[in-house]
Amino acid sequence: MRYVRTAPEPVRPAPPRPKRPALRSIVSGGANLLTTAIIVLFAIRAVPHLLSWAVTHGVWNGDGDACRDAGACWAFLRAKMPFILFGIYPEAERWRPILVVLILGAATLWSLPRAHWTRATLGLWGVAIVASLLLMAGGRLGLSPVPTSAWGGLPITMLLTIFSLALGFPLGIVLALARRSDMPVYRWTATALIEVMRAMPLVTLLFVASVMAPLLLPAGVTADNLTRALVAFVLSSSAYIAEVVRGGLQGVPPGQQESARALGLGRSTVLLSIILPQAIRKALAPLTSTVVVIIKNSSLVLVVGLFDLLSAGRVSLNDPAWPTPYAETYLVIALIYFVICYGFARYALHLERTTQGGERRP
Amino acid sequence: MIHMAGVGKWYGDYHALRNVSLDVARGERIVICGPSGSGKSTLIRCINGLETHDEGVIRIGEDEVRPDRRVLQRIRARVGMVFQDFNLFPHLTILENCALAPMKVRGLARDAAEALARELLERVRIADQADKYPAQLSGGQQQRTAIARALAMQPEIILFDEPTSALDAEMVKEVLDIMKALATEGITMLCVTHEMGFAREVADRIIFMDAGQIVETGSPHDFFTAPCHERTRAFLSRLLY
Repeated sequence: MRYVRTAPEPVRPAPPRPKRPALRSIVSGGANLLTTAIIVLFAIRAVPHLLSWAVTHGVWNGDGDACRDAGACWAFLRAKMPFILFGIYPEAERWRPILVVLILGAATLWSLPRAHWTRATLGLWGVAIVASLLLMAGGRLGLSPVPTSAWGGLPITMLLTIFSLALGFPLGIVLALARRSDMPVYRWTATALIEVMRAMPLVTLLFVASVMAPLLLPAGVTADNLTRALVAFVLSSSAYIAEVVRGGLQGVPPGQQESARALGLGRSTVLLSIILPQAIRKALAPLTSTVVVIIKNSSLVLVVGLFDLLSAGRVSLNDPAWPTPYAETYLVIALIYFVICYGFARYALHLERTTQGGERRP
Repeated sequence: MIHMAGVGKWYGDYHALRNVSLDVARGERIVICGPSGSGKSTLIRCINGLETHDEGVIRIGEDEVRPDRRVLQRIRARVGMVFQDFNLFPHLTILENCALAPMKVRGLARDAAEALARELLERVRIADQADKYPAQLSGGQQQRTAIARALAMQPEIILFDEPTSALDAEMVKEVLDIMKALATEGITMLCVTHEMGFAREVADRIIFMDAGQIVETGSPHDFFTAPCHERTRAFLSRLLY
């Protein structure tokens, strides 16, 4: 009937659990084994072929003639890399885009640690962007002017991405808030803008910006191709960011807003200190995808004749002095994009892990 | 201190508060009880304007509660509130949770706000947890933080909306002990709770609500030993099991 414990049950280490073999799902069973075998056989045949193309018969030095009837023409990329990276920017002034890439790259790296997320860093970005535009455009401080139509390659990719994010992010947040507003006018306007921007392919939007805008702008007002493309990018980015942020906002419990208001906090404090930090944290994973898409989308400017990384690569293939090593060129450009995008994705994952603020225990 | 006259509130067609009138004196300790859905929470949420009343008048001192942002902000700075689900800010540390409003609303410098926050965390006996995040604390510790957060605004009135209903039985006492200590310090308290022991010990007046109306009010002694209204008697008889 009655039971009273006399000695505590000892705490013991967990018994060994059977490990799930990592390979089981690809080697067990007939169909799985067959599929695996086919893929492995294919790889065994493909790898030597690839190596012979890329390494054994690859041409690393020399000119166009050395590349004929050989394997991979890496020499072409060595010769054309400055053009791919900096486009048709005047060669004598090439130090300027190089400096811009270094400035923007350094500002990006500086901004990564959370301890650097301060007003000063924001100011630093302002300086970096003004300096970059000044260096690229020239016309002041004794720098010779270079029209935006001659800008190209990596600086264009970086500037487009940075502007898309720096302007698209605040605009996206405003759109997300407006779409959730009690005021019908705000709600309808934001919804219309978001839905139109999302429903239109970015390529179409770029064509509209580049071809239609001159017709729509009042006489005397002109905007160059780069600015028009930039506007299209910012609008499109903000629509996607708005929807992701809206998802995050929906994940913040209503009690947060209530308790913040009950403390007497003003509307902007409730929003900036309580609601948005939580919403963005919740939306970090989909936000990363959106940002990576925005980075890659910058390559679409080739349809309106701007020389970003990808279009500069394509143009470099037109040189009659060389054979046309498409595969090598695209492979290298793909690698540059991969490094940027994968780097960003890893960084975002790191943020996700370290900024949970106790929601996930450390 | 609090004056409510003829207050009515509807959720759609549902009549949630029916002609509620109530006056609370400075320093008075009120416990509001009654079955779920009787309008207790709605009543105290109308006091700091988290719910908008549809008719009648609510005044906090000289300020009339009305849907005007500035007026509401001013009133809320004077009226603290503690929620059933704590509603701490999960992305801020315990200390930051308590220091935020004094900085942003009362304009204290960070140092002063944090010193005040530490002092209050000491008072709710949780100072050693100041640098943790809410999710790392037990429910009882979180609710004590929420009390410290409300007190950091140095309010004249504090509203409790079922502060122990979401707690494990073992943690109810630690929160009630803090509330009892607070009750001896002269702050005006309105507390919605099912803790009848607390009501009996602390309240100056008990308000019993049912179906959006105040059914009976009285001292704890009268309320528990000589309930007058039939509905009150039915409620009390079901509590003693």
